[in-house]
Amino acid sequence: MFDFLEGYDLWEAFWTTVQLTVLSAVGSLIWGTMLAAMRVGPVPLMRGFGTAYVNIVRNIPLTVIILFTSLGLNQTFEVTLGSDQINTTNFRLAVLGLIVYTSAFVCEALRSGINTVPVGQAEAARAIGLNFTQVLTLVVLPQAFRSVVGPLANVLIALTKNTTVAAAIGVAEAATLMKEMIENEAQLVLISAVFAFGFVCLTLPTGLILGWVSKKVAVKR
Amino acid sequence: MSSVLYDAQGPRAKRRNVIFSVVFIAALAAVLWWMYDMLEEKGQLEWVLWKPFFTGTEAWSTYLWPGLQNTLKAAALAMVIALPLGAVLGIARLSEHAWVRVPAGVVVEFFRAIPVLVLMIFGLALFSEYTNVNTDDRPLYAVVTGLVLYNSSVLAEIVRAGILSLPRGQAEAALAVGLRKNQVMRFILLPQAVTAMLPAIVSQLVVIVKDTAIGGAVLTFPDLMAAVSPMSAYYGANVIASFTIVAVIYILINFALTTFASWLEGRLRRGKKSTGAVLGVDAVDELSAPGDHVDVTHEVEKGP
Repeated sequence: MFDFLEGYDLWEAFWTTVQLTVLSAVGSLIWGTMLAAMRVGPVPLMRGFGTAYVNIVRNIPLTVIILFTSLGLNQTFEVTLGSDQINTTNFRLAVLGLIVYTSAFVCEALRSGINTVPVGQAEAARAIGLNFTQVLTLVVLPQAFRSVVGPLANVLIALTKNTTVAAAIGVAEAATLMKEMIENEAQLVLISAVFAFGFVCLTLPTGLILGWVSKKVAVKR
Repeated sequence: MSSVLYDAQGPRAKRRNVIFSVVFIAALAAVLWWMYDMLEEKGQLEWVLWKPFFTGTEAWSTYLWPGLQNTLKAAALAMVIALPLGAVLGIARLSEHAWVRVPAGVVVEFFRAIPVLVLMIFGLALFSEYTNVNTDDRPLYAVVTGLVLYNSSVLAEIVRAGILSLPRGQAEAALAVGLRKNQVMRFILLPQAVTAMLPAIVSQLVVIVKDTAIGGAVLTFPDLMAAVSPMSAYYGANVIASFTIVAVIYILINFALTTFASWLEGRLRRGKKSTGAVLGVDAVDELSAPGDHVDVTHEVEKGP
């Protein structure tokens, strides 16, 4: 029944999806944290930049961003991201696009986490004589991180699904293979079911595990 | 001025801010200069490449406007079909009967876990193999199918959250005066929930508008996104200019929708007619992850 799978490397395709997800997740966590730091920081100029970045990037379709990395950055500006192979370049460009897009959502999640900490806590911490670093590392951030596990899990799941957009620039991930298989094989429903199952396997455990973690660590208020 | 993270600033902190600002401006200027330099070097800033968008209407009437129309058409169709479907699924998920609740839950969780692109590819193949939909119409059908399958399950969660956000007394009082469960839902809960959900629904439209672009890039759906390549080919490789214009149009539409949703949320929160429960603009992102059954009412902000 599943002999149509022969000749196609399903593992390879889903492995590319996983790689795209993990690399983009790490990248957008770093850049998103920097953006969030700018947005909640005391320097008005950086706050403005963070706000502008988030509002602009959130309203552009991911597809536009990813296609721009290929047609704009790569073909017009000849940016290759340190690789002479077009497949590797496209993969890295897709990761770059995903990071640019996802970090806006990471930033918002982190910012909402910091905002859930009542101002009174920080005031109390300052009142007993803690300095800024201590307030941040002992009182505010531990609570903030605990409350953003849930929202960040949602961002991660959305990111996993968004990696399929890399198909637009020919990265050989799951959706690309699915399109190819559907064109070549007459097994529409089965092929779709296999890929749907693959994505359910990727996203559902993430949601369950991180959902459990977020409930476990949530600060009860 | 008081924030969780820092106090009102004294002279030293203010001086430090100025230093940070100067360093930041320098870094930003360096990046902008590098971009400008690159644009200049590749000749992407020449007026010829930007001219079509600012003088004359040809670029708009030939490429941008038809594309935009398709984008809006797909988004509107998807919304109109997904909303009732989502409402039914959301209500079914709240049913007291397990044989209604469980299948609805499975459907919602399943389609929420699958990328829209996968659903669109499935739709495209479905229409070409099992129906006689015209080849030209197929991409639109496929895009709408993908969007409907995905967004009706997201909207189902919004509807569920909206109904759960209502004070429990509403349903109890209605049952007490002798309404049947179905009447309680139709006359008491749903009308109030719809008001509470409106901002979340409007902001879901932003997600739909953005997702239509996937169809434009992968399924040959002739939308705004798909207008970029023929346009830049016709006007002499003005890739950057074309992308900029298209991105700005997307930003304007979505920004308008976001602003409208926030305005609506504020208005509903201030309004006296509702029970005060409003499902905010951010509620869409805040909804529980697939498979995770947290009590949604916690995540719905209550009005004053």
